[in-house]
Amino acid sequence: MITVFAFYLFAALTVLAGAVTILARNPVHSVLWLIVAFFNAAGLMVLAGAEFIAMLLVIVYVGAVAVLFLFVVMMLDIDFAELRAGFIRNFPLGMLLAIVLLGELVIGIGAWSVGGIALGTPDGNAAVPQGASNIEAIGLLLYSKYLFLFEAAGVLLLVAMVGAIVLTHRHRPGVRGQNISKQVARRPDEATVNVKPEVGQGVQL
Amino acid sequence: MIGIGHYVTVSSILFVLGVLGIFLNRKNVIIILMAIELILLAVNINLVAFSSYLGDLTGQVFAMFVLTVAAGEAAVGLAILVIYFRDRGTIAVDDVHNLKG
Repeated sequence: MITVFAFYLFAALTVLAGAVTILARNPVHSVLWLIVAFFNAAGLMVLAGAEFIAMLLVIVYVGAVAVLFLFVVMMLDIDFAELRAGFIRNFPLGMLLAIVLLGELVIGIGAWSVGGIALGTPDGNAAVPQGASNIEAIGLLLYSKYLFLFEAAGVLLLVAMVGAIVLTHRHRPGVRGQNISKQVARRPDEATVNVKPEVGQGVQL
Repeated sequence: MIGIGHYVTVSSILFVLGVLGIFLNRKNVIIILMAIELILLAVNINLVAFSSYLGDLTGQVFAMFVLTVAAGEAAVGLAILVIYFRDRGTIAVDDVHNLKG
């Protein structure tokens, strides 16, 4: 009973937050509603028995991606009212397309629920081991069968990181940086002088 | 009882919301990127639901890879957005066809 209630709560909030994300006037509100959607989707995944993906969703999406969006939205000084100019004009076409797409998906789900269509049967290669927790089972699979894919995902993240840094890095002329070889090559005899100023004359630097 | 159909319904609604978001906010790249995140979230819900329905963990491993791609895409997309804004002081994507080289 509580599962059903929790499912409908999470599902309704996910859909609601998704709708507000795309409709909100202020992009900061959009990001915050996106975070709400991520949290509720994580709840849905816990209900489906996928704790690891749920935690990953909270850590990666809410902790990294949404904060990245928030940084960019707040950092750039953008006139968002101007960007909403085409909203009304695009509304009929967008709604039409969305209704068609949703209709197709609903027909697909309906056709399946009538029965007679078999979903793919698992080959047993990635079956959940008896008595293992979700995280343990995923770890066993990820570090054996999907090891190379896992490494490839790591390389992908590295490439994305390097790409983002290369794209946003700019060379600014006139900035005084540290020249280590120059610092190391410095000798005391060229860096210091011994002066004996007369009384009341001061030091010429 | 909650079955696979419920999860697929939620994820298809979320998917359609993402597509609609791209259409409604055609000028605002930030919202478009968020809509793409919504679409990928819908895909993830679908993968996880089917994984738990079939008792097969491949779906959850694949959801993790989708998550990786989503994170990389967001990082690179926002980096491109930042340099685009630095270059022309706006993020309206109507004149993106000026981007060359």
